Amino acid sequence: MDASGTHGREGDAAAAKARTTVDPEEIARFSAIAAEWWDPRGKFRPLHKFNPVRLGYIRDAVCARFGRDPRAARPLEGLRIVDVGCGGGLLSEPLARMGATVVGIDAAERNVKTAAAHAAETGVDVDYRATTAEDLAASGETFDVVLALEVVEHVADVELFLEALAVLVRPGGMLFLATLNRTPKSFVFAIVGAEYVLRWLPRGTHDWRKFIRPSELAAGVRRTGLDVGDITGVTYNPVSDRFALAPRDLDVNYMMWAARG
Amino acid sequence: MNAKEHDIRVEVAVVGGGLAGLTLACALGTAGVEVAVIDRDPPESQMVEGFDGRTTAIAFGSARVLDGAGVWADVADEAGPILDIRVTDQNDPLFLHYDHRDVGDDPFGWIVENRVLRRALMRRLPQLPTVRHIAPVAVTGLHRDAGGVTVALADGRTVSARLVVGADGRKSLVREHAGIRTVGWSYGQHGIITCIEHAEPHGGVAVELFLPAGPFAMLPMAGNRTSIVWTERAELAAWYLKLPEHRFTAELRARVGDWLGDFKPVGVRAAYPLSLMHAERYTDQRLALISEASHAMHPIAGQGLNVGIRDVAALAEVVVDALRVGLDPGAADALDRYQRWRRVDTMTLLATTDALTRLFSNDIAPLAMARRLGMAAIDRLPPLKPVKKFFMRHAMGMVGELPRMVRGEAL
Repeated sequence: MDASGTHGREGDAAAAKARTTVDPEEIARFSAIAAEWWDPRGKFRPLHKFNPVRLGYIRDAVCARFGRDPRAARPLEGLRIVDVGCGGGLLSEPLARMGATVVGIDAAERNVKTAAAHAAETGVDVDYRATTAEDLAASGETFDVVLALEVVEHVADVELFLEALAVLVRPGGMLFLATLNRTPKSFVFAIVGAEYVLRWLPRGTHDWRKFIRPSELAAGVRRTGLDVGDITGVTYNPVSDRFALAPRDLDVNYMMWAARG
Repeated sequence: MNAKEHDIRVEVAVVGGGLAGLTLACALGTAGVEVAVIDRDPPESQMVEGFDGRTTAIAFGSARVLDGAGVWADVADEAGPILDIRVTDQNDPLFLHYDHRDVGDDPFGWIVENRVLRRALMRRLPQLPTVRHIAPVAVTGLHRDAGGVTVALADGRTVSARLVVGADGRKSLVREHAGIRTVGWSYGQHGIITCIEHAEPHGGVAVELFLPAGPFAMLPMAGNRTSIVWTERAELAAWYLKLPEHRFTAELRARVGDWLGDFKPVGVRAAYPLSLMHAERYTDQRLALISEASHAMHPIAGQGLNVGIRDVAALAEVVVDALRVGLDPGAADALDRYQRWRRVDTMTLLATTDALTRLFSNDIAPLAMARRLGMAAIDRLPPLKPVKKFFMRHAMGMVGELPRMVRGEAL
């Protein structure tokens, strides 16, 4: 796959409706590197490194709320999950393997095609759609679990986006968010460190000014009528080269979940 | 054979049905992972009644792994606990003494007959619904790509998996297939193994006696039996092996001394060359090596199978952690974690056993003096001093970032 991604921009822009949260420049940036999604040593290395810890967090919280055994072979059997901003399917596929019925949505057609091609190769059943959270919410579909991980820092209108996510959550259901805090430390680690020093991400992947403080995000979530259940930090240990949950260190990466009723 | 059986689909294919491969299959099977273990030897081999002389030192941490794999309960009654370790230099009184009570109530480890271990593993396999033991059959081909692994068997069947594990020993074909090179050297020594039945109880004492030809170990088995690992220069080992029983006993007597009373050799006598081997990598695309497929060391510290069992515990944890969150157990990042986890521990032991062998297998006066003073110095440390405790915890296999199974937790 070529890495230019420029031809995708017009199509995506046309697909986006009048009032939208999708920032066309962001889509172009991610489409350009879509082919690299599934290489754990490639450009999406940090997401692959993130994946075990965030999947574990989701699995454990969902199992606790829905009374499932997290050690079962398919602990999420029967639950409907939507993965908003699914990218290459790094979350959607594992969640489907855990037994969930997964809809993966992404505004970038190219990401959805990449994800669907990979799922076909590995024989995992995921319903990938090129759409936005707002359009899906408008259709009336609802889910037991709604995920938007590493997405809010890329959307144009956070409040509108959170409203759309909340509409997708069924009574009793959960919403998971993960993003980057707006602190001096996150500037050093997520921008200078990840994009310039380690070169884990292409320069310009993130705009620090769009990062959101946990208090701001939690307030936004509460305004939609959901109750925040937990907020945790996720920290990187360079010695073990792994990410781990750090409930008290929200300075850079953090995750939260909220629930309806 | 029906069509469904022609291609066996599992998550993990283990090539090699030795102690390490079977332990991995039991550990993964206990956690509910779909596994096929492919064994060249018939299931009944090495299980004939009657002791064949081969024993293994199972460190405390390794016993926990076997327990987590559902195997230890079937071994425990026939395992001799090691309560005391004495290291001595040609009967020099300045010996190093480790008492298990200095680190708690648990023994350092146990001496177990290989036959007993294998029997327990073979009894465990049929209790695990997700484990297939395919034996006896040879592997005729291995194909790996980004999506998975296919193992071709001599009977025409294939095993498809997301990860293939080479548990096929020192001359691993899986390692060769992946083009993973090894480094190593021979010590010019052979290990003579045998066993004695003696009149006096050994009291759970393991003795490592350093002789000019190399270490001579007495390892307490269940009952009044002691396993002998006698290191000898290669050219002499064959000669000792062929001695008539009374002369062989006399040679043993000269080394064992009087502390066990009258004794007679039981089981076979065998000798095998001692060498060090280390694979340049433990992993490749959708492939991992465990135990002697990736490393072999001098038996001086009784760590051989224990390092292999720690490989099993680490790899089982990496695989289970990936599967339980829906990730690919054969993906490069999972395998990187395994290799990174095991490399430091393995290289430390390889270097330590190599240095010990070189330090002790000689008669050079300054070295002999240095090791005597060194051992005496370590021994004079009060039992709870960190250094001595560290050595003892190492003997127990309880050092480093421990896999859950080694900590005694469920996978």
